[in-house]
Amino acid sequence: MAAAVVQLLNVLLNTAVLFLYGVMRIVNLAHGNLYMLGAFVMAWAVGVAAASVPPAFLLLLLPVAALAVAAVGAAIEPTLLRPLYTRAEEYQLLMTFGLLLILEDATRFVWGPTPLSASTLWSAFGSSSILGSVYPNYNLLVIAIGLVTAGLLWAFVYRTKFGVVLRATAQDRRMASAMGISVRSVYVQAFALGCLMAGLAGAIVVPIQGAVLGMGVDALVISFVVVVIGGLGSLEGALVGAFIVALVRTLAITFFPELELAVLYMMAAIVLVTRPAGLFSRQ
Amino acid sequence: MRAIAIPKAMIALGLVGLALLAFPYVASSYQTILLSYGLVMAIAALAFNVLLGYTGLLSFGHSAYFGTAAYVAGFVVKYLHATSMEAFLVGGLGSGGVIAALFGFICVRYTKIFFSILTLALSQVLWSLALKFFWVTGGTDGIRVPTPSLLSGIIPSSGDKVAFLAHGYYYYVLVVFGLSLAVMWLIVHSPFGKSLEAIRDNEVRAEFIGIRVRRHRWIAFVISGAFTGLAGALWAPLNGLATPEALYWPFSGEIVFMTVLGGFRTFTGPAVGAVVFNYLKAYAVGRTEYWQLLLGVILVILVLVMPAGIMGALARFAGKPRRD
Repeated sequence: MAAAVVQLLNVLLNTAVLFLYGVMRIVNLAHGNLYMLGAFVMAWAVGVAAASVPPAFLLLLLPVAALAVAAVGAAIEPTLLRPLYTRAEEYQLLMTFGLLLILEDATRFVWGPTPLSASTLWSAFGSSSILGSVYPNYNLLVIAIGLVTAGLLWAFVYRTKFGVVLRATAQDRRMASAMGISVRSVYVQAFALGCLMAGLAGAIVVPIQGAVLGMGVDALVISFVVVVIGGLGSLEGALVGAFIVALVRTLAITFFPELELAVLYMMAAIVLVTRPAGLFSRQ
Repeated sequence: MRAIAIPKAMIALGLVGLALLAFPYVASSYQTILLSYGLVMAIAALAFNVLLGYTGLLSFGHSAYFGTAAYVAGFVVKYLHATSMEAFLVGGLGSGGVIAALFGFICVRYTKIFFSILTLALSQVLWSLALKFFWVTGGTDGIRVPTPSLLSGIIPSSGDKVAFLAHGYYYYVLVVFGLSLAVMWLIVHSPFGKSLEAIRDNEVRAEFIGIRVRRHRWIAFVISGAFTGLAGALWAPLNGLATPEALYWPFSGEIVFMTVLGGFRTFTGPAVGAVVFNYLKAYAVGRTEYWQLLLGVILVILVLVMPAGIMGALARFAGKPRRD
């Protein structure tokens, strides 16, 4: 069950990222690879620092890894994505598919083909027993971090001035531009923020399951399922979608493991057919 | 001008056809087999382009029809104990068409990104089934597809496998490719094909002049899936194995890549793109461990500076308008 909770938070963070893409009207196929990049940066940094730094301070590497991924995002958006906004949106899928291929091999080039582990961080926190079950402390911490991050994202989008600007831009780019908003800088920041979340999700998850090539591609399709179930562009829907996906996966693994993934994709397809705006849309 | 342009195209087609016929006599077996792969993928790319170029729908799940057909060829051998290539082709065309009819029924309700994601999600259902039901599909090992008999043995298929693939099978692929090319050309240049273009260009207007938009899209989807299945059936004996990779969504991405590389605004572009992509990939895989990086960079450059692909760029150099 603990594993399911972690998986849920993993999905949740992916979802937060996809929400931002909802804001920018971009479906980023390379987003899973940015998540993987976060995981590799974190695993590498933990490997370097573990010998000399106490484990509690290793947690400070989480935002560092996330910021590294955000920097990559801030470089990608103006150079590769900006020229495509005026073209058919299919080109964005092609571009991000190319980015996916590049990031996959770039990661392999830098860190090699063998998986990296950051489990020293995971084991350093030990475990505690709650209501008779034993939970690793790190997993509990991850739940806390995940909830706080989701809360912060929500507050950021719905309670800050930048959030207002962001939502206005999402609703009507040209109008926002006419009102004096610099759409360019909003898009760079939104994309970097999305990458930050992806990197953070990867960095958080790596002490539990390690960094492996291909983890991004797997995570990507699952996050599509979440977004489809929750509705593209709705944060609340995405949260509920993440819960449903985690629950269904856990149930499916217990009762009919062969159909685990098939059930997920079928669910996404059924939701798209019956409620295209998401299971919890208000229409 | 138009009267001159058509014979020119015929001459080009004739020259390419002759070159393809002579190819096994001038090139090595390795090169010929590589070209067979290219021609097989060309059928898939042409079929894919019936949706992208002519109907305006970007499917990210064409691995579903390709991979299913490859598995069907494996099942035909495993359960029906038949190794007739014609059985594979019928199986591929049929299974591709049926799956596409089913998936298409759901997918054509949407367009743009939603269509893409939905096709992707549905193709992954098949991928996960192929992966998990290993007692039927062989799991990650896949299922073996042995050397088939062509035209119930009229073309000899015994003896050396490489010689067979580089000669008899190459011509078989070439004939099926030629037929598919002709049939798809007729389809997209028929009144039905023109209606698809009308839908692509302006859905609302197309509906106003009485075109049943959703049904047209669905039929285009089924045609596209069936021909992709045909390609999958041809691919299975060439590869010798039907594996889950042929159902996995990055494979769909490769089909999209080929089509864009060749240029989806022209009829022949995808076929050119498929053959070029195939050489490119074989070259990249042979030269460097980081072939994905190379392909990714090419795709990014393509999207940024050459969105009309190879054929589009050629047409611009020749000073012709971009479409027909």
